[in-house]
Amino acid sequence: MTLLAGGTDLMVDLNFGRKRPEHVVAIDRVPELAHLERNGHVRMGAGVTYTRMLAEDVGSAALREAARTVGSPQIRNVGTLGGNVATSSPAGDTLPVLAALDAVVVLRSKQGERRVPFAHFMTGPKKNVRRADELVIGAEWDDAGPAQTFMKAGTRNAMVIAIAGLALVVDRSRKRVGVGLGSCGPTILRASQAEGFAAAIFEAHGWDRHLTPSEAELKEFGRLVATAARPIDDVRGTAAYRRHVLAVMGERALSRVWSMT
Amino acid sequence: MRLRLQVNGSQREAEAREHESLLTVLRERLGLWGSKNACEQGECGSCSVLIDGDLVCACLVLAGAAQGRDVRTVEDLAAGEHLHPVQRAFVDAGAVQCGFCTPGFIVATAALLRDNPEPSDAEIREALSGNICRCTGYGKILEAVHRSAAQGYTS
Ligand SMILES: Cc1cc2nc3c(=O)[nH]c(=O)nc-3n(C[C@H](O)[C@H](O)[C@H](O)COP(=O)(O)OP(=O)(O)OC[C@H]3O[C@@H](n4cnc5c(N)ncnc54)[C@H](O)[C@@H]3O)c2cc1C
Ligand code: FES
Ligand code: FES
Repeated sequence: MTLLAGGTDLMVDLNFGRKRPEHVVAIDRVPELAHLERNGHVRMGAGVTYTRMLAEDVGSAALREAARTVGSPQIRNVGTLGGNVATSSPAGDTLPVLAALDAVVVLRSKQGERRVPFAHFMTGPKKNVRRADELVIGAEWDDAGPAQTFMKAGTRNAMVIAIAGLALVVDRSRKRVGVGLGSCGPTILRASQAEGFAAAIFEAHGWDRHLTPSEAELKEFGRLVATAARPIDDVRGTAAYRRHVLAVMGERALSRVWSMT
Repeated sequence: MRLRLQVNGSQREAEAREHESLLTVLRERLGLWGSKNACEQGECGSCSVLIDGDLVCACLVLAGAAQGRDVRTVEDLAAGEHLHPVQRAFVDAGAVQCGFCTPGFIVATAALLRDNPEPSDAEIREALSGNICRCTGYGKILEAVHRSAAQGYTS
């Protein structure tokens, strides 16, 4: 049995004969999957589309920025969070954000519910721990406040698969920094050294203040982001370019969120 | 598989094969050739239609999943021989070269102007970013959208 949400990944496989599922179950009109709750803790249903992420306050500025870069209006109108999570492409644009937010993927089957931290969810390109009998119900995370951003490098602004993607979350009240990297390894990667480096700066300067980081601090942060990548050469870009662009995006992301309180 | 679809305001029945897209059913089973098939992967927008008012690629809709939805194709726009203002504007602006991308652009433009009657250049570019014109008539297309917007007040 194969589930169909927005169809923007599945239909391409069906149109090109890459998949021939015997049964397809459309879940795009299941209202229980379209829930969106936020009161400090965000619960987003698998059926929430990118267009909705842009229209509503979804409890993560970085997720909205990521949604804005997805495909085109036609794709955003139907493509869902659940489809992006279930497909688990290293280039899935919501995924670095979920990683940086320390989000939990909620799965459910007749056996009950499983809550899997995103860090343990994806196991390889288009591979994850979801069992065939499980539905992705949605994702949950703690509202991390305004200091967060998403960046994506590609050949044009619209309709582009990321050459590299980066999400940075600075949760000032919980005193934590999350950095998620997309399209530069077999899974979404966390740049933990960069996270520790930035957290130490915030610790020294005060988490709730906005101070301008030095050039050297920004550079070092970018360098640490790039060293976390495990990129390959492919049709979209070389490994060397990916490292370069990650360092630049890391620097820019940190200087962007620094003043956001 | 027998399908019952609501297309351009009327109930239609069609026989569809398994896994067939709405685009294939519209073109090959219902004789609605306005929506074009170019890439079948959501990249070009030439198959753009409205489903329950939302702009989507018909090639990415499983035909069976469109049952019970309101499907509107480019054929729904003109009133008989009388062109829709967006169609008129595309003709007047010379925004049609080979014409293959045109139905998709027209449906996307009509959807844009419904929600945003006075779009800026940037808003038009963003709204039409899912539609590709291989003849690269983008300058004229932009002009056609502005013309349609202006006509919204005069027609
Ligand atoms: C032209 C084009 C451009 C694109 N651009 C981007 C882009 O810029 N960034 C990006 O990240 N992606 C992009 N995509 C990929 C795609 O749009 C996204 O991955 C989208 O989020 C998929 O969601 P969907 O609802 O359409 O999934 P579907 O195609 O309906 O499903 C995808 C897979 O997930 C499974 N599934 C869906 N929902 C669930 C659930 N709740 N529980 C369990 N399994 C489920 C399905 O069985 C299927 O295997 C693009 C696709 C196209 C065609
Ligand atoms: S044919 Fe549907 S987007 Fe190209
Ligand atoms: S007019 Fe030829 S593709 Fe647009």
